[in-house]
Amino acid sequence: MFKNFVAWMDERIPMTKTWNIHLAQYPAPKNFNMWYLFGVLAMLVLVNQIITGIWLTMNYVPSAEGAFASVEFIMRDVEFGWLLRYMHSTGASAFFVVVYLHMFRGMMYGSYQKPRELLWIFGMLIFLVLMAEAFMGYLLPWGQMSYWGAQVIISLFGAIPIIGDDLTLWIRGDYVISGATLNRFFALHVIALPLVLVILVFLHIVALHEVGSNNPDGIDIKKPKGSVPDSEKPKFEFHERFTKKKDIVDAIPFYPYYVVKDLVGIGIFLFFFCWVIFFNPAMGGFFLEPPNFEAANPLKTPEHIAPVWYFTPFYAILRAVPDKLFGVILMFGAIVFLFLLPWLDRGRVRSIRYRSNFHKINLTVFVISFIVLGYLGVKPATEVYTFFARVFTFLYFAFFGLLWFYSKNENTKPLPERLTK
Amino acid sequence: MSNAPVDKGRRRFLTVATTVVGGAGAVGVAVPFIASWNPSAKAKNAGAPVEVNIGKAEPGQLIRVEWRGQPVWVVRRTPEMLEGLAAIEDDLRDPNSEQPQQPSYAQNRYRSIKEEYLVTVGICTHLGCSPQYLQDSFGEQVEGIPSGFFCPCHGSKFDIAGRVFSGVPAPYNLVVPPHYYIDDTTILIGEDGEQA
Repeated sequence: MFKNFVAWMDERIPMTKTWNIHLAQYPAPKNFNMWYLFGVLAMLVLVNQIITGIWLTMNYVPSAEGAFASVEFIMRDVEFGWLLRYMHSTGASAFFVVVYLHMFRGMMYGSYQKPRELLWIFGMLIFLVLMAEAFMGYLLPWGQMSYWGAQVIISLFGAIPIIGDDLTLWIRGDYVISGATLNRFFALHVIALPLVLVILVFLHIVALHEVGSNNPDGIDIKKPKGSVPDSEKPKFEFHERFTKKKDIVDAIPFYPYYVVKDLVGIGIFLFFFCWVIFFNPAMGGFFLEPPNFEAANPLKTPEHIAPVWYFTPFYAILRAVPDKLFGVILMFGAIVFLFLLPWLDRGRVRSIRYRSNFHKINLTVFVISFIVLGYLGVKPATEVYTFFARVFTFLYFAFFGLLWFYSKNENTKPLPERLTK
Repeated sequence: MSNAPVDKGRRRFLTVATTVVGGAGAVGVAVPFIASWNPSAKAKNAGAPVEVNIGKAEPGQLIRVEWRGQPVWVVRRTPEMLEGLAAIEDDLRDPNSEQPQQPSYAQNRYRSIKEEYLVTVGICTHLGCSPQYLQDSFGEQVEGIPSGFFCPCHGSKFDIAGRVFSGVPAPYNLVVPPHYYIDDTTILIGEDGEQA
C-alpha cells in the first residue's frame, strides 16, 4: 500500500530522489561537533516565528489607535495568547543567539572560504533580512521603546547627504512616525520579509548541498575519483550524484545519523527556550524592554533609548563616532566587512585548529570586541563608555585588516590527510 | 517552419529592443509602488505649514499655535530681553547653537530670522513636557535674568532665545522649526523660505 503510494508519487514528483540526495544518501563529514547544531536550530526558530506570528496576526490590530491595546488583549483575554506572544518575542532573541553562534562557527572553521563564498553571502543576506524583520516587528506593539527606537533608527537614514530627509519621509510615510509607518512595517514584517527570508534559507541550503558541508578540520572529504581504495571508503551508500565524480571518505549519511544528533540538540535548546518563555520572558529587560509596557507617546521621550540587545554592538559603533554620517557609514561597514570575509581572508587553511596563534588571538579579540560593544550599546553614552566604545570599534575593524594582512603568508600547521576526531 | 538561415543581426536587434521596452515598462510599473510610500494627502494636510499673524502681538507677548501636533511659540521680544542674551552665554550649554536644533538661518545669538521674533517648538528637549513662559518672574530660577522658559517637570531652564542652561536635565536647545516671513506681519511655520 505505502510502497504503491511512493511509486505513484515518484512517477509524478522526485520525492524519493530528493529525500535521498538531501538526507538519506547525503554525505556529511563524520566529525561534526556541537557547533554544527545552530543551523538546524535557526530553522527551528524560523518555523516557530512563522507559526506563532500567523497566530498573533489573528488578534493583532495594525493601527496606531489599536495596536497597543490589541497586544494587551492578546496577553490577557485570548486563550494562551500570552504563550503565543512570548514564544514569538523569545523566538526573536533566540533567533539572534543561534544565528550569531552559527556565524561564529563559520568564522572559526573557515566555512566562508572557497568554494563556500556564495553560501556565506546567502547567510549574510539572511542576517540582514533578519535584522530588518526584527526592527520592523519591534515597532508593532507600539510601546514607547517601539516608537522611539524606530525614531532613532529611521533618522539614521537622514544622515545621508541630499536625499536623507526625503528618504526618511518616504520610509515613514508621514512627518513623524505614525499609523502609516506602523501599517507598512506590519505588511513588510508579516509577508514581504518572511517570504524573502524563506527563499534565502532555501538558497542557503541549496548552495550548502552543492558544495558540501565544511567541518571542524576544514579539509575536504571529497577526494579525486579513484584515489581511495575500497577498504578506506565508508560502508554507507551515498547518492551517485556525490560519488560519480569524487571518492568520499569519512562521511556518514545525514539521515539518520545527524537527524538524531540534531534532535538531541533541539531538546537541549528547547529546555532553555521554555525556561525563558515560562519563567523569564522579559529576560531582565533584554528581550522585552520595560519602557515598552507603556503605549507610544510622540510627545514624551524615554529617559534612555536603547535598542534590543542583538543590535547593540552596531549601535555602540554608531555612537562611538562623533560625526553622524560617518557613524552610520561605520555601522553599516561593520556588516559589509563580514560580507567580504571570503575575500579578506587570503589563507587556504580553513579551520582555526591548523591556523597560526596570531589568527586565534585575532579572532578572540574580535569576539571580545563584539561582546563588549554589545554591552556598551545598552549603556548611556558617558565619556568613559564612549572611550571604550571607540577602542573596541577599532579592534572590531582591526580584525579584518589584520586578517587580510597576515593570511597571505600565514604560519599554519600541516593539515591532516583525513578527518581527525 | 522556414529553413531560412538565422539572421543574427535581426535577432540581436529584437532582443535588445524588447529588453529595453520591457525594462522601461518595469520601471514604469515600479512608480506607483514606490510613490505609494510617500505621505498620503491626509498626512500632508495634517502636516501642512501653519500661518501666524503677528501684527497684533504686544512686546513680550507669546502666541501659541499648533503645527504637526506640537505647540509652536512665537514670542515678540522686547529690546531689554535681546540685550540680556549676550550677558549670560557662559551659563549656557550650547550658546552658539552648534547642535542641529535649528535651520541654518536661525543659527545666531537670537536663534531667529528677525531679532525681535522667536519661533520655537514649545517642547522640552528632555522628556517632552511643555515648558512655561516666565515673562517677568524667571529671576526666581536664574538670578538677574527677568525672562525665560522653565520646564516644571524636571526643572530644565531655557533663556529667551530657547538656549538651554548648563546643569539642567535637558540636553539641547529648544527646536526652531523651519519658517519664513510671508510679509511683515505673517510667518509661515513648517517651510523654509527662499533664503534656505
